[in-house]
Amino acid sequence: MMKPKIAIFSLTGCEGCSLAILELEDQLLDILQVVEIVNFREGMTERGWDIDIGFVDGAISTPEDKREVEELRKHSRVLVAIGACACLGGINTLKNHQPASEYRAYVYGDKAEWFPTMDAQPISAVVKVDYELPGCPMVKEEFLRFVKCMLTERPFRATANAVCVECKKKGVLCLYEKGIICLGPVTRGGCDAICPAYGSKCEGCRGVVSDEALAAAGVNLREQYDVPLDRVLADMRFHGAYQEKSLP
Amino acid sequence: MKNVTISVKHITRVEGHGNISVRVEDGEITELQLAIVESPRFFESFLRGRHYSEAPHIACRICGICSVGHTTASVNAMEAALAIEPSEQTVKLRKLIMFGEEMQSHVLHVLFLAVPDFLGVGSVLPLARTHPDVVKIALRLKRLSNDICGAVGGRHIHPIACHVGGLTHVPRDEELIDLKRRCEAARSDIAVVAETYAQFKIPGLERDTEYVCLKASDNGEYAFCSGDIVSTKDPKPTNVADYRKRIIEEVVRHSAAKHARSPHSPSYAVGALARFNNNYDQLHLAAKEVAEGLGLRPVNCNPFHNNTAQVIELVHCLESAIELIDELLTRGLAVEPLRQPTRFGQGAGAADVPRGTLIHDYSVDAKGYISEANLIIPTNQNLANIEADMRAYVPKLLESGLSREEMTLQLEMLVRAYDPCISCATHFLDVKWE
Repeated sequence: MMKPKIAIFSLTGCEGCSLAILELEDQLLDILQVVEIVNFREGMTERGWDIDIGFVDGAISTPEDKREVEELRKHSRVLVAIGACACLGGINTLKNHQPASEYRAYVYGDKAEWFPTMDAQPISAVVKVDYELPGCPMVKEEFLRFVKCMLTERPFRATANAVCVECKKKGVLCLYEKGIICLGPVTRGGCDAICPAYGSKCEGCRGVVSDEALAAAGVNLREQYDVPLDRVLADMRFHGAYQEKSLP
Repeated sequence: MKNVTISVKHITRVEGHGNISVRVEDGEITELQLAIVESPRFFESFLRGRHYSEAPHIACRICGICSVGHTTASVNAMEAALAIEPSEQTVKLRKLIMFGEEMQSHVLHVLFLAVPDFLGVGSVLPLARTHPDVVKIALRLKRLSNDICGAVGGRHIHPIACHVGGLTHVPRDEELIDLKRRCEAARSDIAVVAETYAQFKIPGLERDTEYVCLKASDNGEYAFCSGDIVSTKDPKPTNVADYRKRIIEEVVRHSAAKHARSPHSPSYAVGALARFNNNYDQLHLAAKEVAEGLGLRPVNCNPFHNNTAQVIELVHCLESAIELIDELLTRGLAVEPLRQPTRFGQGAGAADVPRGTLIHDYSVDAKGYISEANLIIPTNQNLANIEADMRAYVPKLLESGLSREEMTLQLEMLVRAYDPCISCATHFLDVKWE
């Protein structure tokens, strides 16, 4: 089998998900035996455009991002969104809740028109995305599982349970019992509940797991902890998992 | 060569998107720019209205490489704004995670991004075949640095446990013992890095430059987590609260990242070489020995030696981490409750992160929500200085009779030597305080 040609691109974001690939230190040399990296601006000079699998981190937040992702789509047989920014719009979407004239002037003053911008969006708002590996940052182990599936031509399936399930399995004391509003009941798992395990609330970086989970949380959280679903959805805006602007 | 045009779109092996353009006509530079074309991100805008407790978890998302650095500056600033005195244990754990951060970033920059230039290849990938031992050492050191960060913060990219008022998790003794063993084993790895690095020919470019960084006032440590602002032209310390007296920022058209100057110089530099130049006396003895071996002495004004200073700091951080882990094991660790605000007000805090002095400044309203935010980023502070260096370097390159391709590579290497982090630099710029 030919080595698949891999490319890694970054739009508006922190490039942490690209970095997470480099942080697969123990597996990196093995991965390089079976794939060929042809384009990765952050790590190499060469830039090839015959791409089997294109990974993109970062959100669409400028007209240039939009043009670039359309170009990447043309060159990539499979296009994969990695991280919360590419999958959901990510932390960048916090600006969407302020008037553009206001957030632009606050940073660039009367020079704001020099630096074009637009509401932050996931890349799926602009092009067809074949797979999504969410998280802030992306979960390295999930990336590895994805690469293995691609190499062996097996289907890749996203985790279908909520973070809560993984948290309970680890035996972590539920943060609601401490009076903290955690997004674990409605957020897609696959992260091994790493935030609650380190004493912090789930921030919803992997997106809403299902409508069923939202419906169940709407009942359970109100009955057990007197927390309305709207409060949970408002917090889900942190990484852009929920974009509704009218919430409190 | 009298006429030459150099244009590099999207400089590779740097974090973020930057372009170089140089035009020389009849031997005169008529255009010279390092354009920053990264998307503006507006963190300062959308921090406003968020709860104070979210500041470090939002700010870390500015940058994947230096998310621990942003977290540290953010908690320092917020604790100044809320008049929170962190516990001794918190201060020590923050130091440990910053040693991990400086190490991982320097390993990434020196060994993955800069070394390919010295070995004449386009990336670290071919080195996996030609220099497998060095690549394995690089991966091992990177893994160790990340694991130090992970033990304290839960993970290196966007740490979880670091909060305003303390940490929600502490490393277990077994983790610390394992890290210490691996740090000790890493001494020989770093020695190989230093030996390999010593063989590289560092380009010659001496230009009188002001170097700015933090300096510890109290305990005499090499400053990463706290300190006052000093410089090689003005060693009198300035409290971080008065940072505007030392750092003057302005918006320039060709850069989504602002430029900076000091009261003493039209441009200045921050980063590993700035720390080495100002804080040489506080370096660990083992790091001083490596500096001796590499022939670097303060004050050195060759920007290419920022790489050298990073190698020296790698030794300093490794040795300091070993000593700190010993201290932590002796005193014992237990999770403490987060310390709570004693007021809501304004405060600035800083950290000397891998790329230089990073300052966060917040105001918090009476209900605990952020009302103003200003962030001063290391790469912004370096941009004007990089252009000044390029302006000094181009005539030398023209005299040396290099081809256009070779000159282009030299200019890219110069930009890379500053280890610019362009995602960071575009995330915040000017703020008007009314």
